[in-house]
Amino acid sequence: MALLQIAEPGQSAAPHEHRLAVGIDLGTTNSLVATVRSGMAVVLNDDQGHALLPSVVRYEADGRVVVGYDAQARQAKDPKNTIVSVKRFMGRGRKDIAHIESMPYDFLDGEGMVRLRTSQGIKSPVEISADILRTLRLRAEAALGGELTGAVITVPAYFDDAQRQATKDAAKLAGLNVLRLLNEPTAAAIAYGLDNGSEGIYAVYDLGGGTFDISILRLSKGVFEVLSTGGDSALGGDDFDQRVFCWIIEQAKLAPLSHQDARLLLTKAREAKETLTNRAEAPITVKLGSSEYVDLVLTTEIFAEITRTLVQKTLAPVKKALRDAGLGVDDVKGVVMVGGSTRMPQIQHAVAEFFGQDPLNNLDPDKVVALGAATQANLLAGNRAAGDDWLLLDVIPLSLGLETMGGLVEKIIPRNATIPVARAQDFTTYKDGQTALAVHVVQGERELVSDCRSLARFELRGMPAMVAGAARIRVTFQVDADGLLSVSAREQTMGVEARVEVKPSYGLSDDEIAAMLKDGMSHAADDAFRRALREAQVEAQRLIEATQSALKEDAHLLSDAERRTVDAAIIGLQAVLIGDDRRTVDEAMAILSKATEEFAARRMNQGVQRALAGKKIEELNG
Amino acid sequence: MITLSESAAQHVSNFLAKRGKGIGVRLGVKTSGCSGMAYKLEFADSTEGDDIVFDSHGLKVLVDPKSLPYLDGTELDYTKEGLNEGFKFNNPNVKDECGCGESFQV
Repeated sequence: MALLQIAEPGQSAAPHEHRLAVGIDLGTTNSLVATVRSGMAVVLNDDQGHALLPSVVRYEADGRVVVGYDAQARQAKDPKNTIVSVKRFMGRGRKDIAHIESMPYDFLDGEGMVRLRTSQGIKSPVEISADILRTLRLRAEAALGGELTGAVITVPAYFDDAQRQATKDAAKLAGLNVLRLLNEPTAAAIAYGLDNGSEGIYAVYDLGGGTFDISILRLSKGVFEVLSTGGDSALGGDDFDQRVFCWIIEQAKLAPLSHQDARLLLTKAREAKETLTNRAEAPITVKLGSSEYVDLVLTTEIFAEITRTLVQKTLAPVKKALRDAGLGVDDVKGVVMVGGSTRMPQIQHAVAEFFGQDPLNNLDPDKVVALGAATQANLLAGNRAAGDDWLLLDVIPLSLGLETMGGLVEKIIPRNATIPVARAQDFTTYKDGQTALAVHVVQGERELVSDCRSLARFELRGMPAMVAGAARIRVTFQVDADGLLSVSAREQTMGVEARVEVKPSYGLSDDEIAAMLKDGMSHAADDAFRRALREAQVEAQRLIEATQSALKEDAHLLSDAERRTVDAAIIGLQAVLIGDDRRTVDEAMAILSKATEEFAARRMNQGVQRALAGKKIEELNG
Repeated sequence: MITLSESAAQHVSNFLAKRGKGIGVRLGVKTSGCSGMAYKLEFADSTEGDDIVFDSHGLKVLVDPKSLPYLDGTELDYTKEGLNEGFKFNNPNVKDECGCGESFQV
């Protein structure tokens, strides 16, 4: 007979109508699935009692797909067909992936998201992730005794549109109905906030296998608000393994390694790291395929020393996130530790020292994200108690805007805006008779387009021809609850419209994402200067074009001497236009304006006379 | 008389503690499902009207008087079946139940 769970008063489901929902933490190293049973979030174990599912997928030559521990056990034997840390490839092109040359996979050449050649054909990161998600779905369905209504899947706060979309696609492919994508730190806050009921400002420090996220959150009366986020999408426990791996090679003076030996050593490096969580030293002994022998002891001190820069690298985004939230270290009431890598003693120490308090770690750092996701899934599936109507606010990690004249960025949605969000701004045309407008959507904190990430381009065509500045084009940016963007542009008088769902270009490297935020701050003064210069240049160019078009029409209003003065002023302005001294541009503009003052007055008079002579007003606009 | 098995009592009190409020657990039946009747299992925050309250392992078990005839003698158990786990009604009044056991006839 079916097993029942205790429902909230008045919420008993009708038979066969249980809304089974799960939260999935799709991690770089390990993945988990959790659900809410009788009001309590629990992680669902496999039939061996394991909570974690290693995010390792192995494609056997006979067509079987093995996921998890069994795949992990075989990874040293056949690295080419055993894919680990696939999350790092999600929505990423070849050139975006760090250490790609040392990876044992057979990558296909080509643009767009990377693809791998395996014994079962060509696989995309989306398909490989789908195999992990499918395994979790089957586990959940066995544990819950029915089909799932839906799932909440967590992603790092730093995931851009490409990575979020790839995650959604993988879930669909795995037969999951995605209720929502949720930022991992936000999920952790849900687990802590609801379970412990503590209010205040919290920092969520999440060091997972492959990603680092820091979020500053405010918890009050059951409402979560993400004040700011930051991090590094290419920093995690794997990097610590890599450091130990390099240390072993260095210490043992090893010759270049085969893929098998490299994988074996990396596994040993990881084991040594885990040993040091509660021991002072870890022996590393291994016999390689090359018949070389490694016999080393890694101590806590050496480990801390060789990973010091990695630990420090996590603290810079923490400082920035605090600044973004307008808060100091003292405002933080508690620090939540998430991710298995926060078990490392040097991380606990560094975080405790930075915040001046011991971090909270009373929930299992490996499970906390999945538990929070399960709680959210349970609510979204409709299993909420009466009066349990808390709100979840999430934010976008990087500002979204578009390119304006001169390669400047006009930010439409500032970073850390809560989502879902829609913002509109009116733009106009730059040239007379302009009937099309190119919209270039960018992401980033810098003032110039060239320093930001290009997300999409589209054109609005078929606008009525009008004089420059007369058209009104409303551009609307909309970010849905999953953080996915759509942009539309609409000409207001005729109602012509064009829109784009952001089909992100996979052109941004992981380092760049992290660097973009840092850049925004460190270049603020520089950017302000360049922006002012660029604005002056755009204005000067407009002035030259306006003068030239007036000259073409009404040159007869000027004497030869006057014409020479105007021409000289134009040439003078053109000469300084390409420089980088804003003052000379301003001065040259002033000279040209003065030179054309009288000309403009005469044109005006002529226009008035024409109007009085019964001419149509349109002709005056030329 | 309605009782909780020891395992059920332990789980109910865990869940109540986790939930942070509630006086006990409410059992009931409602009409629906493929076989006529379905069980109701909910947290109870207060007693209502003419609730009948049983005490089992120190926990309050509430039943409304209309449901009691269909449930009298039931022991609520907590069991694991494979990966699944949850509460099970051991109800002596049941004559027939649908394949999945979510609804039943008396």
